[in-house]
Amino acid sequence: MTHVPYLKLDHIDKSFTRGSAETEVLKDITLGIEKGEFVSIIGHSGCGKSTLLNLVAGLLPVSAGCVLLENKEVNEPGPDRAVVFQNHSLLPWLTVYANVKLAVDKVFSSTKSRQERHDWTMHNLDLVQMAHAKDKRPAEISGGMKQRVGLARALAMEPKVLLLDEPFGALDALTRAHLQDSVMAIHAKLGNTVLMITHDVDEAVLLSDRIVMMTNGPAARIGEILDVPLARPRKRLALAGDATYLKCRQRVLEFLYERHHFVEAA
Amino acid sequence: MNMPVLKSETAAVALPSAAPAKVLAIAPKKTPFAARVLTKAKIVATNIVPPIVVLAVLLTIWELLCRKQGASLPPPSQVLGETWELIVDPFFDRGGIDKGLFWHMSASLQRVALGYALAAIAGVALGTLVGQSTWAMRGLDPVFQVLRTVPPLAWLPLSLAAFRDGQPSAIFVIFITAIWPIIINTAVGIRNIPQDYRNVAQVLRLNQIEFFFKVMVPAAAPYIFTGLRIGIGLSWLAIVAAEMLIGGVGIGFFIWDAWNSSHISEIILALIYVGLVGFILDRIVAGVATIVTRGTAAN
Repeated sequence: MTHVPYLKLDHIDKSFTRGSAETEVLKDITLGIEKGEFVSIIGHSGCGKSTLLNLVAGLLPVSAGCVLLENKEVNEPGPDRAVVFQNHSLLPWLTVYANVKLAVDKVFSSTKSRQERHDWTMHNLDLVQMAHAKDKRPAEISGGMKQRVGLARALAMEPKVLLLDEPFGALDALTRAHLQDSVMAIHAKLGNTVLMITHDVDEAVLLSDRIVMMTNGPAARIGEILDVPLARPRKRLALAGDATYLKCRQRVLEFLYERHHFVEAA
Repeated sequence: MNMPVLKSETAAVALPSAAPAKVLAIAPKKTPFAARVLTKAKIVATNIVPPIVVLAVLLTIWELLCRKQGASLPPPSQVLGETWELIVDPFFDRGGIDKGLFWHMSASLQRVALGYALAAIAGVALGTLVGQSTWAMRGLDPVFQVLRTVPPLAWLPLSLAAFRDGQPSAIFVIFITAIWPIIINTAVGIRNIPQDYRNVAQVLRLNQIEFFFKVMVPAAAPYIFTGLRIGIGLSWLAIVAAEMLIGGVGIGFFIWDAWNSSHISEIILALIYVGLVGFILDRIVAGVATIVTRGTAAN
């Protein structure tokens, strides 16, 4: 008997057609993710990482192959694969609370009462430590806070898979570290299955159970998959000198800068 | 003037009582009543004085130019004298079209309100269609681009032929004048909804109706209101011309009637009223826009 992973990307190809020109972005991507696993996808910009995430989210159709979640094919977006977008994508005319509530109301319209939906919204805002700003609008809070709210909105949907699209890419280093710690704490508490896109080597090693390294496009493939055998909970400071951590980091750096260095930058 | 004094006083009082680990609630400083009135008055003065000065200068020039013997237009003093009855009693009604200016204005405003409301509803609906659907855009956009250049009054004979009555024809002219900027701006607004918001809606599986009210309308609101504001201005421009031709009660025909009876002063008074009402209409739509689109501005 064969084991079927929780989330399975099965021989996925993706190409974009523009007029008569066809660009192959992803080629033969096969990847299995277990329940509760934290997997990062790393690669140079333009290699199709975000495209891959959008395929899993169902925001883009695959050209060939399929995405299986719990052995069922997914081909349209849905709250079971909640996305935290790179630029937070909060609706600016809604308050922080209303942004999360919109998701809660939609996903739990029939299963939770009004009061329960309110409590669930507040619970998730608490989880990302944003309950204090619930009546603020996105324009009134910082970039890191917006990203926290985006995370709360995604978590509130109780997704089977949480998709993070370079969630901390636009933040400064200190805020990013804070949010990474928050994500680790939430992952430890809730045991979510997470697929994260990143271009930050330290972030990938610190957060992930496995790191998927992509070759450069066009027709990017999975170049290598690295297991990160670090015990959880992980502490940023303790890991800074840890041999395993450094070895993993070294492997990813070697992959990115020696074997598949960014062609356009060269 | 006495601000620095107040400041140092509070500081002197607050310092000795600031015991450690004790949070002092410092009452917001209150400026004395007189000072507050003075600053308010200053703000009002800086905004009101320049237009008053300009107005006075313009009126003086007008008065000087038109006071000479044989001037074709009356000076402001004569306008005021001749139209004083109309100004002080806008509510008289002697039957027919011999009514006070209030009734003329209100008839015109009613036509504009009806035509504009229809244009707003149809314009937003059509704009949404054109903004949402590529095929609707390809099909309708060229038609809109041609039709919107037709001058408002050119529609009047056609609508008179179709409706065989002045009232609906005037309303139709307002409608057809105001609708184009509303359609075009709404379509641009809908087309410019960031892909991010669409992605969010897709992940949440918002249905068409939810998407329309929760994402599309708020996201496109600034554009829609730009269209609505241009539309109200154009409606008011068109109504005067349309009424001149259809007759009956209305500020447009009032002006035409005054011209036929050589009451130049009445024309001038009516023009001032038309200008003021147009300004107020624009302000109203702009005011509604700021209330409705609060928070929709880009983050």
